[in-house]
Amino acid sequence: MIVHSIFFYFFSLIAIFSSLMVITSRSTINSVFFLILDFISVGCLFIMVGAEFLGMILLIVYVGAVAVLFLFVVMMLNVAEQKQSWFIGKKSTHIPTGLIVSVLILLELLVVVGGWKYKEDIMSSGTLLLSEISNTHQLGLVMYTDYILYFQLAGIVLLLAMIGAILLTFRERVGVKKQSYLNQISRNPSNAVALIEVKSNQGVKLDD
Amino acid sequence: MTEIGLGHYLSLGAIIFFLGVIGIFLNRKNIIVILMSIELILLAVNINLISFSIFSGDILGQIFTMLILTVAAAEAAIGLAIIVVYYRNRGSIRVEDIHGMKG
Repeated sequence: MIVHSIFFYFFSLIAIFSSLMVITSRSTINSVFFLILDFISVGCLFIMVGAEFLGMILLIVYVGAVAVLFLFVVMMLNVAEQKQSWFIGKKSTHIPTGLIVSVLILLELLVVVGGWKYKEDIMSSGTLLLSEISNTHQLGLVMYTDYILYFQLAGIVLLLAMIGAILLTFRERVGVKKQSYLNQISRNPSNAVALIEVKSNQGVKLDD
Repeated sequence: MTEIGLGHYLSLGAIIFFLGVIGIFLNRKNIIVILMSIELILLAVNINLISFSIFSGDILGQIFTMLILTVAAAEAAIGLAIIVVYYRNRGSIRVEDIHGMKG
């Protein structure tokens, strides 16, 4: 139990520190690196607390795909001169309001540390955790049976996001020669090959 | 202190949520950092859902977490695509320069 608490404090301090660095570091690329560190430490926390599948999903999908997507965009755009700096600007009137709202949100959330209690009959759900099968097995047993509709809807959300991202960033370039498959496969010998009788000493002129 | 309960995880989620909100409010230069703050907020929500799922012995929280992860990935992809298009049109993604709607 002492080892558990030591690991909890280790990973959660790293997570808090790196999320602080995400919002305060000067260059955007450092923010992305600290975001990756944050995802990794929270993924380790998930694995530690017993949700192994989601911890690994966080490590693989988030660190491997989403954070790398952020990294690509930061490297693709020229944001080098756009260092982020707080409290600098002509009219930064929204900063006190933002601070007040943020601190109030934190205080309200910290109320839950001591201020909640379970109802007595809260354990009457049909999807209880069983200890004899693994976490991934359990997740699959519930997700592919009772919640298959939500699973499919998540797939549709991903499909729409993919279509939207492609449609947004697609740009038709002018002046670039491309292959036209329709023209290629609709050619036949009658309109592609011409037999020309060349007269002597006159040559032949081909139109292109 | 050494016994890690639900309150510890909820506090961690609250602190990360707070940092994400403060990153959205106080950032004045870079809109990519705002997207990263939204990712932090969704991560805090996931921490809350998973800790409740584990400590109350019900796996539904983890399924909701998976759906939130899906939506967060879709949101990141669409948001970054919008940022790329905006940068291509305007040549700048500073938060101060984005006032086309006079808001």
